[in-house]
Amino acid sequence: MDFNLTKEQQDIQRAAREFALGEFPERAQEFDRDETFDLDIWRKACELGFVGVFIDEAHEGAGLGFFEHCLIVEEFWAVDAGIANAIITASFGAEMLGMFATEEQKNKYLSPIPKGEAIMGTAITEPDAGSDVTCATTSAVRDGDEYIINGTKMFTTNGSIANYLLVFCQTDPDNPDRHQRHSFFIVETDRAGYEANKIHGKLGIRANDTAEVSLVNVRVPASNLVGQEGKGFKNLMDFFNVTRLHICAMAVGIARAALEESVAHIKKRHQFGVPLASFQINQFKIAEMATKIRAARNLYYEAAWLADKGKIDHGLVAMAKWFSGEMAVRCADEALQMHGGYGYIDEYKVQRIYRDAKIVEIYEGTKEIEKIIVANSILG
Amino acid sequence: MDIIVCAKNVPDVAEADLNISDKGTDIDKEDLVFGINDWDNYAIEEAVLLKEKYGGTVTAITVGSEDDEEVLRRCLAMGADTAIRIDVDGISRFDSFVISKILSRVVKDLQFDLIFTGVLAEDDYCGMVGMMMAEELNINHANMITALEIEDGKARTTSELEGGLGEVSLIELPALLTIQTGINEPRYVSILGIRKAAKKELKTIELPDLGISDEELSPRTIIEEAFLPPETEGAEILAGNPDKISSDLIEILKKKGVME
Ligand SMILES: Cc1cc2nc3c(=O)[nH]c(=O)nc-3n(C[C@H](O)[C@H](O)[C@H](O)COP(=O)(O)OP(=O)(O)OC[C@H]3O[C@@H](n4cnc5c(N)ncnc54)[C@H](O)[C@@H]3O)c2cc1C
Ligand SMILES: Cc1cc2nc3c(=O)[nH]c(=O)nc-3n(C[C@H](O)[C@H](O)[C@H](O)COP(=O)(O)OP(=O)(O)OC[C@H]3O[C@@H](n4cnc5c(N)ncnc54)[C@H](O)[C@@H]3O)c2cc1C
Repeated sequence: MDFNLTKEQQDIQRAAREFALGEFPERAQEFDRDETFDLDIWRKACELGFVGVFIDEAHEGAGLGFFEHCLIVEEFWAVDAGIANAIITASFGAEMLGMFATEEQKNKYLSPIPKGEAIMGTAITEPDAGSDVTCATTSAVRDGDEYIINGTKMFTTNGSIANYLLVFCQTDPDNPDRHQRHSFFIVETDRAGYEANKIHGKLGIRANDTAEVSLVNVRVPASNLVGQEGKGFKNLMDFFNVTRLHICAMAVGIARAALEESVAHIKKRHQFGVPLASFQINQFKIAEMATKIRAARNLYYEAAWLADKGKIDHGLVAMAKWFSGEMAVRCADEALQMHGGYGYIDEYKVQRIYRDAKIVEIYEGTKEIEKIIVANSILG
Repeated sequence: MDIIVCAKNVPDVAEADLNISDKGTDIDKEDLVFGINDWDNYAIEEAVLLKEKYGGTVTAITVGSEDDEEVLRRCLAMGADTAIRIDVDGISRFDSFVISKILSRVVKDLQFDLIFTGVLAEDDYCGMVGMMMAEELNINHANMITALEIEDGKARTTSELEGGLGEVSLIELPALLTIQTGINEPRYVSILGIRKAAKKELKTIELPDLGISDEELSPRTIIEEAFLPPETEGAEILAGNPDKISSDLIEILKKKGVME
């Protein structure tokens, strides 16, 4: 067993850290307060090759693994979660295209992503279909060479800025097996009937666009179907088994930031005539944070390493996802606590960390859903 | 234009809590994070910019252990063509004199028009390796370069002098220039650069193979003791309303000669 990253992986990690430290800190508070982002930062990240490194070289990616993608995500999130997500979610869905799209579709929709020529997203969640995706009712009905799509998608990352989305639609509502009712379609956002409303007032990751999407008689060519008809749910599970890994990387990244802020603060601030760091209760918090971060990272490293070897361990991925999510939220909470009243104010980075962290317990499978998966993997 | 860049892997000491090592002659570097010396980062960028403009090659060199190769991989990722590491297990035992001897010995066998070093290295702040190399190689040199242009096979350099003055010189090549920070804006390392770097040559030379005499490998500087700055008197806290505090502060600054 070798716990060392390869030299190339170390270099990638270092490059990502340097880019994030060079570009994010100055703008983070502005984007968080105003719920905006400067796409030039995303463009720069694409030029440097940080977006979609897992995409194969034939489609303009670096041909690296999802593990390397996770390394980049972790470093970006360790500097600022909002900006990190605004950049890396531009490829959210590319994993699915890589797995299930035809060569023609890949050339058209995958290649522009690493080059910074397009932003994509994946719309699954609906107002009445969250954790239970099989309830999704957005319908795609065949009409000659086209499908007509109708429905509403909720919380779609990049919904109001993407060039196209992968949309999870019901194609066979009467199929007795609810796992065979859905299919994925590419929907270009400039098609008639597509409308996105940006969601304002998010708790965190406010630099990253999230939208409610309405699809009214949106016509797409039949060639926009990704993967086989009726295999949408199965493909989604395969997709999540990979993408959940980068949520773990997000969690570890932001927990590292929480630890870093805490250490700096409690060494500097004095109460009762001594630094806060001299109180055992604070020392224990630091010890626990550092330990949990390490544990979460080892979990996701293993899961991602296996995934890149083509050995997906469904239960392990779910373990890594819930554990790292809960760990990040806990670390952020303790970090704020150690800042006392100052942590409650948005001038202090720890306040943003506290708000940003929560999302990792929610999207791409809440921690409760992850625990159900873990339990099922054990109990059968 | 063939350019050689000497680069060093140094610990980041700016924010770190430093401790004196057991021997008492150095800081403890065990837990510090290492990276390219800031000045060398500008030097490699300048070399790559010149290469992009005039063609030629860039070779990066370091004296160090296998861990220090990270600096060379970075130079390769930024655009250097080849890299050379002279293998030594930790350079702490060498002073500027020895390091410049080693580098000069390696450089002598290479084709070059320009050699860049950083003005200083962040770890020891000696600022001598560049000049000592130039003397050893008996080539033209200029220090603290803040601007550089190539004209008819000569280098037009601007050196930074005291008080922000600049000194422009026209220097015959081959020459050695010590590069000042701010001369350019070093690029970020890209994923493509890293991938390309993996395919470039990174050569290792064993120190004994260079045939440098023991005499020349013995440091001329002996560090007897390293110590942390002694704790000084506590800060003076100014009290009173903002008007009084600000006028007291101005008074103090004037007395210390910071303000006129
Ligand atoms: C910022 C942001 C970005 C997002 N981006 C995307 C995106 O790009 N694409 C997309 O499709 N979706 C996206 N989502 C949606 C996200 O994936 C869902 O919010 C998430 O899956 C939970 O669904 P829900 O909100 O409907 O909650 P619900 O499913 O209503 O869950 C509410 C609570 O009930 C619990 N619960 C539900 N079912 C069970 C059960 N069987 N047993 C135990 N507990 C249960 C949940 O764990 C949760 O705690 C995003 C959400 C946010 C906030
Ligand atoms: C919204 C808001 C409203 C407020 N309103 C008021 C108000 O109306 N009036 C007012 O006077 N103040 C007010 N405060 C200040 C509040 O009471 C303080 O923030 C609080 O007492 C903590 O002090 P501190 O922020 O200086 O944190 P610190 O004292 O620096 O504490 C930081 C961390 O160190 C821990 N710590 C400190 N000492 C020890 C120890 N001996 N052992 C173990 N752990 C220790 C703390 O528990 C905390 O986790 C307000 C604060 C906020 C955020």
